[in-house]
Amino acid sequence: MKQYIGRRVGYSLLSLFLLSLTIFFFVRVTGDPAALLVEPGASPADIAAIHHQFGLDRPLWVQYGIFMASLFHGDLGQSFYYRMPVMGLYLSRLPNSLLLAVVAMGLSLLIGIPSGILAAVRVGRFWDSVGKLFALLGLSLPSFWVGLVLILVFSVYLGWLPSSGAGTPLHLIMPAFALGWYFAAAHMRLTRSSMLEVLGSEYVKLARIKGLPQSLVIAKHAFKNALIPVLTLAGINLVIMVNVAVVVETVFAWPGIGRLLYEGIAFRDFPVVQGVVIMGGAMIVTVNLLIDILYAVIDPRIRLER
Amino acid sequence: MSTQAETVALPPRFRWRRVSLRLGDFPLIPTLILAGVAFVAIFANVLAPHNPEVGSLVARFKPPFWETGGSAKYLLGTDQLGRDVLSRLIFGARVSMVVGFTAVIFAGVIGTALGILSGYLGGWVDQVIMRLTDTWLALPALTFAIFLAAIVGPSMWNIVIILGITYWTRYARVIRGEVLSLKEREFVRLAIVAGCSKWTIMRRHILPNVINSAIVLGSLMLGVVIITEATLSFLGVGVPPPQPAWGLMLSDGKQGLMVGRWWLTVFPGCCIMLMVLSANLLGDWLRVKLDPQLRQL
Repeated sequence: MKQYIGRRVGYSLLSLFLLSLTIFFFVRVTGDPAALLVEPGASPADIAAIHHQFGLDRPLWVQYGIFMASLFHGDLGQSFYYRMPVMGLYLSRLPNSLLLAVVAMGLSLLIGIPSGILAAVRVGRFWDSVGKLFALLGLSLPSFWVGLVLILVFSVYLGWLPSSGAGTPLHLIMPAFALGWYFAAAHMRLTRSSMLEVLGSEYVKLARIKGLPQSLVIAKHAFKNALIPVLTLAGINLVIMVNVAVVVETVFAWPGIGRLLYEGIAFRDFPVVQGVVIMGGAMIVTVNLLIDILYAVIDPRIRLER
Repeated sequence: MSTQAETVALPPRFRWRRVSLRLGDFPLIPTLILAGVAFVAIFANVLAPHNPEVGSLVARFKPPFWETGGSAKYLLGTDQLGRDVLSRLIFGARVSMVVGFTAVIFAGVIGTALGILSGYLGGWVDQVIMRLTDTWLALPALTFAIFLAAIVGPSMWNIVIILGITYWTRYARVIRGEVLSLKEREFVRLAIVAGCSKWTIMRRHILPNVINSAIVLGSLMLGVVIITEATLSFLGVGVPPPQPAWGLMLSDGKQGLMVGRWWLTVFPGCCIMLMVLSANLLGDWLRVKLDPQLRQL
């Protein structure tokens, strides 16, 4: 067990190392980073000062050392536009992103799990087809377009919901749906296939042979076991949601991390863009590590395999 | 199946698959839509009634012809610079098609090559490539693509390269798995005995056997790639402004939404939706028909 966790932690650290190396490399290979780090319209003297300040005149490996040292201190640089540390900015936007992600996740589970169960119980029938169509649309529609159409219908024509901003629960409805549909489709598909697998298992057959009513077989014996993979996926998806919300947050002017990334691009505020990517990568690597360890705790087969 | 003798020689299972490939539940409508988009993309110059990049400022924000104020000159209306929406949609099909297909092929070539190397050579090569794949998979793909696009600056070919280096991992994973089982098969062992070099075996014996899976994955990736391209353009780091791309049109149309200029968002969105939906339906069908191993994917 210790060996397994050690190996997983090692892999995660390697992932983080490669991530930092990739970002460092791409920034330097594609041009002078000083051009990205100074404000637009800076004088040559300013650029020279930046070169010296960030050690861009030093050898590459020294530069990488400096870059990593500041990362370890949680220093992601200074935003030009907001004139404050990127880290502080990121943390101030994180609660909004998490709120949106949690609501969207709740919505996607609320839609995805019941419809997945219905589709599995009525496989090949009417509700299965409806569910398939819903999932196909969810996976094919770009979330920002769903957002724009929702605004058009519910804000412009019907005037029921506010089109942008944050503050009241009403502001959450449309962004959560636009973000959650894709994930609802993913959760529906997984619930359906997981449910079908469980319904074909020996213990469900036994429950049926015992003469239990259909509702009890599904609710008590099948549903609980089918839920495990869905909840695992939901855990990973929650983190992914925070990171892919950029377009939905842009459409609805939701003040989260995605919006921060968009502003970073729009204002040529490079430290913000870099900071958001680093934090996103670190979050996903960490969650993957936690899930691997959790799996090993639950399932001994995993920790024993080489 | 050219001659009778060949048909008889085929194992029954394989023959059944060939037959069902022709008859089966072929997704006719999605194929027609994709073919239609390809047709429009190729003949954009002939089909478009106006220049997509030049508008007339006196004809700004014209609604589609069936609404009051619209004219038959601009069938689907005009945008904030007086450019014809229909012409921009037609030329936008070209951007989506070119970016979609080249990026999928580019990602497929990288992924398949690395997958074959990793699976066949094994050892430290396998370790290095698989660690790299894991790292790549750990990155949030969309955020990473945005980051790269923000550094290298907007251009259509930059987007193709970025999408390629963002999405090769899925190919590498699946292809490696296939190669691992292929290399234990008789014909590969016989090739080794016959004295083929590793390079020849990978090229002549392994590659033709994994190309089916690569095509299936490619068709499934097409939708993802088109959505990502539209997203990047929507955020202003994709195809640069004068060029007509559907994502860019949506981003321009966003401003007019609150005053009811619906045609600027609804039409490009419908185009993206139709194309991605068709690609996904075709990909699903191909997956079931061509590759039983990928059915649960």
